[in-house]
Amino acid sequence: MQLMLQQFPIVVHALNVGFLQTLKLFLVTGLGAIPLGLVIAFGSMSRFKPLSLFTRLVVWIVRGTPLMIQLLIIYYFPGMVLGHNVWGSGETGRFLASAIAFIFNYACYFSEIYRGGIQSVPVGQQEAGLVLGMTKGQIFYKVTLLQVIKRIVPPMSNEIITLVKDTALARIIALQEIIWAGQSFLKGSHGIAGALWPLFFTAVYYLIFNGIVTVALGRLEKRLDYFR
Amino acid sequence: MAILEVKDIRKSFGKTQVLRDISFSLERGQVVSIIGSSGSGKTTLLRCLNFLERPDGGSIAVNGETLFDAADPATQREAEIRRKRLHFGLVFQSFNLFPQYTALENVTLAGKLLAREDPDYKARKKELFGRIEAEARQLLGQMGLSDRMDNYPHQLSGGQQQRVAIARALALRPDILCFDEPTSALDPELTQEVLRVIRQLAQRQTTMIIVTHEMAFARDVSSHVIFMDGGVVVESGDPEQVIGAPTQERTRRFLDSYNQN
Repeated sequence: MQLMLQQFPIVVHALNVGFLQTLKLFLVTGLGAIPLGLVIAFGSMSRFKPLSLFTRLVVWIVRGTPLMIQLLIIYYFPGMVLGHNVWGSGETGRFLASAIAFIFNYACYFSEIYRGGIQSVPVGQQEAGLVLGMTKGQIFYKVTLLQVIKRIVPPMSNEIITLVKDTALARIIALQEIIWAGQSFLKGSHGIAGALWPLFFTAVYYLIFNGIVTVALGRLEKRLDYFR
Repeated sequence: MAILEVKDIRKSFGKTQVLRDISFSLERGQVVSIIGSSGSGKTTLLRCLNFLERPDGGSIAVNGETLFDAADPATQREAEIRRKRLHFGLVFQSFNLFPQYTALENVTLAGKLLAREDPDYKARKKELFGRIEAEARQLLGQMGLSDRMDNYPHQLSGGQQQRVAIARALALRPDILCFDEPTSALDPELTQEVLRVIRQLAQRQTTMIIVTHEMAFARDVSSHVIFMDGGVVVESGDPEQVIGAPTQERTRRFLDSYNQN
């Protein structure tokens, strides 16, 4: 116990550094995947058959395979073909590869949530807009969009909370996020070796952060409560 | 001159022929009721007039201007259809109000969006919006909803929602206002309050096409009644004649089914 107390400040500092990287990956994925998901959703709903079939095929592959494998493929495969690591060997390269894998993976999940949301708005809403002389764009932005957002907040909250924890998968390509930081105390780091508790302690970071995310999304849900 | 001239409208969904050579005309200020059983093509006809469906054949002219002619592709350009729709208003069976807007906002939304197309929108925005809102308030007042303007649709009864929808359609000053079974989703009490406002509109010489199952209403509000069955006009004419003394066996059978319960 005494030992743990001695180790505590050192571990917390290292975990903070790791968590910063976790946070960065989370935010970049969110900012990238939320709009990209909409593009993919429109692709899968396209009336141009080849486009919708192709999009659905891609979504099936991305959702049907482990994100961990996707990370490995995106990070290592180009190097295997081209003979050199296109991402560079440093942390920046690993972050870039992780961000691309996460954005694409989550965009595919989001796209299905969006598609469900868009298709659940009654067709009468669109028809009402049409007979009132609105353009398709006006109908989407002024009529449909907010109704879609209201419907997708709960399932999106679920995905976003999962994303916070999924960032740990980037450990597989040695991105120095919080799990990597916690694990380093097993092998030895900052003069501490064989300590398992820092790895357990990372859970507290996820828990607190997800608490904040839950509250924020709950507020958004409340703000959209004014209509049905 | 007729305000509306519909000629030989045909429409099929797959192999099912829903409308077969429907023709009728309408004078300004007249009210036409279309009656008939479900699946007779009444709703499809209204949807064709509002360009929600594209007829396979026939033509539609308003005030002598051909809005649609199946034989003339120049009348079917997607870009112009939006403007042409504005000749017609449509009130739906299920109201279709926009849930995230208040009653007043539902009535003003389309007008405000259309105002953007005004050449000096930027300079006159305040004036245009002021006028749109004033008109919307007046229309909602006329619908008996002065104290409901800031309510959201879910806070309103079905009858109130439908009256907002009527105001919303009127706000764009359509030449012809169409109703697609406006009271079918309402209980008898709420039905009466909606029929009352439609009656008022008829007294103000609003040109209307009403698809309805309310026979007594159709009989006293209409200048003309059309009975449809299987996609054709079986009988049409004066309401007293079509509903009171139908000449066709099919019409009689249809009307009898109303008297049975």
